[in-house]
Amino acid sequence: MHSKSTRRTFVKGLAATGIFGGLGLWRTPVWAVTSPGQANVLSGSVFDLSIDQLPVNFTGAARMAMAINGSIPGPTLRWREGDTVTLRVRNRLDEDTSIHWHGIILPANMDGVPGLSFHGIAPDGLYEYRFKVNQNGTYWYHSHSGAQEQLGVYGALVVDAKEPEPFAYDRDYVVLLSDWTDENPQRVLAKLKKQSDYYNFNKRTVGDFINDVSEMGWAAAMADRKMWAEMKMSPTDLADVSGHTYTYLMNGQAPDGNWTALFKRGEKIRLRFINASAMSYFDVRIPGLKMTVVAADGLHVAPVSVDEFRIAVAETYDVIVEPEQAEAYTLFAQSMDRTGYARGTLAVREGLSAPVPSVDPRPLISMADMGMDHSSMAGMDHSQMQGMDHSQMAGMAGMDHSQMQGMDHSQMAGMAGMDHSQMQGMSSMQTHPASEMNNPLVDMQTMQPTSKLADPGIGLRDNGRRVLTYADLRSTFADPDGRLPSRTIELHLTGHMEKFAWSFNGIKFSDAEPLRLKYGERVRITLVNDTMMTHPIHLHGMWSDLEDEQGNFMVRKHTIDMPPGSKRSYRVTADALGRWAYHCHLLFHMETGMFREVRVDE
Amino acid sequence: MTLFCQRNACALAVTLALTSHPAWATHHNVEADQQLVADDMAGMDHSKMNHAAMQGDMAGMDHSQMGHGEAPRTTSRTPIPVLTDADREAAFPPLPGHQVHDSALNGFFLLDQLEYQDADEGSALAWDASGWIGGDIQRLWLRSEGERVNGLTEEAEIQLLYGHAIGPWWDVVAGVRQDFKPGSPQTWGAFGIQGMALYDFEVEATAFIGEQGQTALRLAGEYDILLTNRLILQPTAELNLYGKNDPHRGVGSGLADTELGLRLRYEVVRQFAPYIGVTWARSYGNTADYAREEGGDADEARFVAGIRMWF
Repeated sequence: MHSKSTRRTFVKGLAATGIFGGLGLWRTPVWAVTSPGQANVLSGSVFDLSIDQLPVNFTGAARMAMAINGSIPGPTLRWREGDTVTLRVRNRLDEDTSIHWHGIILPANMDGVPGLSFHGIAPDGLYEYRFKVNQNGTYWYHSHSGAQEQLGVYGALVVDAKEPEPFAYDRDYVVLLSDWTDENPQRVLAKLKKQSDYYNFNKRTVGDFINDVSEMGWAAAMADRKMWAEMKMSPTDLADVSGHTYTYLMNGQAPDGNWTALFKRGEKIRLRFINASAMSYFDVRIPGLKMTVVAADGLHVAPVSVDEFRIAVAETYDVIVEPEQAEAYTLFAQSMDRTGYARGTLAVREGLSAPVPSVDPRPLISMADMGMDHSSMAGMDHSQMQGMDHSQMAGMAGMDHSQMQGMDHSQMAGMAGMDHSQMQGMSSMQTHPASEMNNPLVDMQTMQPTSKLADPGIGLRDNGRRVLTYADLRSTFADPDGRLPSRTIELHLTGHMEKFAWSFNGIKFSDAEPLRLKYGERVRITLVNDTMMTHPIHLHGMWSDLEDEQGNFMVRKHTIDMPPGSKRSYRVTADALGRWAYHCHLLFHMETGMFREVRVDE
Repeated sequence: MTLFCQRNACALAVTLALTSHPAWATHHNVEADQQLVADDMAGMDHSKMNHAAMQGDMAGMDHSQMGHGEAPRTTSRTPIPVLTDADREAAFPPLPGHQVHDSALNGFFLLDQLEYQDADEGSALAWDASGWIGGDIQRLWLRSEGERVNGLTEEAEIQLLYGHAIGPWWDVVAGVRQDFKPGSPQTWGAFGIQGMALYDFEVEATAFIGEQGQTALRLAGEYDILLTNRLILQPTAELNLYGKNDPHRGVGSGLADTELGLRLRYEVVRQFAPYIGVTWARSYGNTADYAREEGGDADEARFVAGIRMWF
């Protein structure tokens, strides 16, 4: 691949990429603040962006990345709520590119998804984005073409609020987390297609089995191994791509680079965390500091004080911290699978560092995590469910209706609206779309998914820290629509680990019809995770209004995290005409089929 | 509903009365925040509060504006914009649709065994390879195995099969098998099933019909036992049955031969692993008799050393 640019900027990742400085007092118009550390912030309403190849060195090995305006991450774009922004994006690569403004509500032809919003930006081409910004907060932008996002085409977006925000702070830093691999991303995907556990070097061994026998006893250890063997899965499968190939970055700095944000004692600091990773979830904490979460996915939430939060791919969280005691604090973001971390420092001056914690013990996924807890399934004949071979479980979808008393079969269209309580011995058993049945691309189905809203998540439970959960998130505004959803669309997140194939309802994007919404309608989307992986689900163009278990509005987001065994509902107001992408934001899940077009027609 | 509303109202009033937080004081956020307050106050003892004193604060509150317990709205609180022609044009530019790589052609070629064997008759070179190219459901499979002893090819075969996934873990395969040795070349039709019976336990069963009416059945399985995440013990088993005697090739009807193997490999990288191991081959019935007639043994154990690689 050859660059079209003549300009060559060699960026040594350990030293020079992505240095953000303090962005100044919030009361000062930030676009008026200048300081040396702000070299990578662009403010205003007209922006020129150029996507080009960039030689980088994050790990000690020279590699060719792709970058926006010559840096990874690209420049932080600072917009003002109410402004109309113009963004001229030039393509200096020799392949098509695109920029998607993640979480920004805008017309479909400005959304930046090739084939749905526009044709993409051809080599040497330019696309002028222009739209009015009607929101404020922390967002991000990235390429929506191939695997360019993994190669470095991403950056932070900060929209300054028109009205004063309901919290105060003295400094403002973007903390953008991402994952970098020295391998070609297409090669990473090809390896996963050949051997899906390629990057998992933490599978259970004979030694683990011996330990389990001594702890649990022979029978329990054998039963556990038998169950997993029959499911054809590994409880160590926390991430598809691990620290074996990834270097985790904070604002473009590898851990040794120690990205540093300065503060003065007594100041309140706003940290805008963005997970711009291709495949990595992070668990973020700052030992010694409480973090007050004030915004999620850009929008204000009622303040909640936590020690730690899990940030799904594509999510953003704004927190306020008030360091008082120490001179330096470590910003610690360990990957969910505990194979590495991104790290930086909050310090009173450059050159300081605080102790860096070791990563937490690696958790195992449990049957309960996946909504597969056999012990709670009273009345079910387990002998019929051989190792969860779901091809054998057709009996659950095509259940013996003669056994079900009092069911109104006329109401069973699609089985989605089935009243489970009416089924004897099958209480709370999850039904599944017919397209999942006998489907070679569906390797498991959850049986008893729950919302898990108050669950800190795998590896974060009972760790002695106050961990943010979705149940803590409450928008500071009422349901912006307020209507009851006119209908519920139930979609199941499906996949096959060994084949590394991902889909909704067992149907890959290429084989799927668009999901159709009518302009102006309010619908409920219920997601059921039928896989053992965690999926961040992102709907373009429209907000996702997460509901609690009673159907009450909780929080407005752009990306809904779906842990294994979870069933979560959110409302969508179809107030954006056009064709929109709807997908898992794990890059390789999206690329292998966990993607749908949502089409809003009049 | 009434009860809930009352509690919200209480909560709200308490908040208004007791806090001086600017966000609350300016009435605009009241609507949303009430829910939070209500939650926070779940454990509060209302009997200790002077509710009567709150009446004044609550007067003038518009209960219909509260999110909870009220009748659902029929129109969106945030008005849905009336569409213009410009909106329509922006929404549906003429486009072919998005592309992802979910239908891409993938491939895998595994040289599972390429090894030296310490045989009774001398040194042997043996191989066992398989691979596929295709999508997630339909794949073209290649299999090959064979053995050379003291520089002469004793057995060599290759299979080319079309495979179709019939479930998450099983493929049916059909195609042809070409034997080059033993004896004169022989072509077979092949039909079988292969898949994962348990995690890390792969099995295949293939039936063959030869051009001269010979029939055969092969069952094979292999399992990975992780001593560590790189040191892996792999037991294998293969079993061959034939429909009729074929003295020229040294096979008899019925169960002809079995081979058990145990190989210990070290994955330097995933794609490359040297190994050592032992195999134990045994022949039965007429096949054993033919072997004895040729001066061979009906069973033989061999030390093996080789490399496993894939790409």
